[in-house]
Amino acid sequence: MKGVFKYLLPLAVFLVLAGFLAKGLKLDPHEVPSPLIGKPAPAFSLPKLGDQAGKFSSDEMKGRVWLLNVWASWCAACREEHPLLMELARSGQAELYGMDYKDTDADASAVLKQMGNPYRAVAVDADGRVGIDYGVYGVPETYVIDKAGIIRFKQIGPITPEVWNEKIQPLLQGLQR
Amino acid sequence: MKRWFSALLLIVPLMAVAGEAQPLADDPAMEARLKALSQELRCLVCQNQTLADSSAPLAEDLRREIRELIAKGMTDKEITDYLVVRYGDFVRYRPPLKTQTALLWGGPFLLLAMGLVALALVLRNRNRLMKDLPDEDDEEDAA
Repeated sequence: MKGVFKYLLPLAVFLVLAGFLAKGLKLDPHEVPSPLIGKPAPAFSLPKLGDQAGKFSSDEMKGRVWLLNVWASWCAACREEHPLLMELARSGQAELYGMDYKDTDADASAVLKQMGNPYRAVAVDADGRVGIDYGVYGVPETYVIDKAGIIRFKQIGPITPEVWNEKIQPLLQGLQR
Repeated sequence: MKRWFSALLLIVPLMAVAGEAQPLADDPAMEARLKALSQELRCLVCQNQTLADSSAPLAEDLRREIRELIAKGMTDKEITDYLVVRYGDFVRYRPPLKTQTALLWGGPFLLLAMGLVALALVLRNRNRLMKDLPDEDDEEDAA
């Protein structure tokens, strides 16, 4: 009995260790869970891209389920998700609004002209202050905001088809009811 | 003339140094507080650097934000809380003790306890083995 234990103990230790390491492989340390999930989306009022006089205010969105996509012309990963955003805009599956983060209007407009504009409106956060309120630390980031103005989900990094199909779309269906 | 010129040249490096100094010291007390605070806060972009050390654009923005909050008269704790609300406990280099972080704080002590138990077991085992061996001193006495 003692002899068997002697051989089983290292095996048990190995399995526990392997379990932790396997879990660790799947964690991305760059994904810091946002404390804003389940909290009211910070209110903001920012100039609109391509509309000098216009303002985009988060209050306008009360009563609607919408996506706030934080992006910038200098952000390479944003171009990665751009085709998916275009597809979402075309199919009308989501009300997509953009926030142009720490960018110049000229560069942002040029990107939208070249690659297409999936947004109903783009708010311009030129100095990144609203970004700080939203806890933005790496673009692109996308927030799902419900009818009551509560943040329900935050995607850090580009939206992939998997994330859309498995997380965001089912969530939206629930929220829109 | 030549000598004067070389003397002037000696001043050039001094001017270079002056050019690199950053326009920080508007208010030395504020800068000291900013430094102390930002050394306790993590830069979210380059995660193993403090806000004080990082030159990431976000870190610069956050330092600007902290300066403004200090100017508004907020306490250190209020400023830290302001950032925790936005970025979570992760921004703090000393996360608070709560259920979520219990393992983080208690883990080293848990490992220490496990190590001590293992040590005790090994020592007890070794003692038992030693007793089973014939005692050398006794043999010498007998001889």
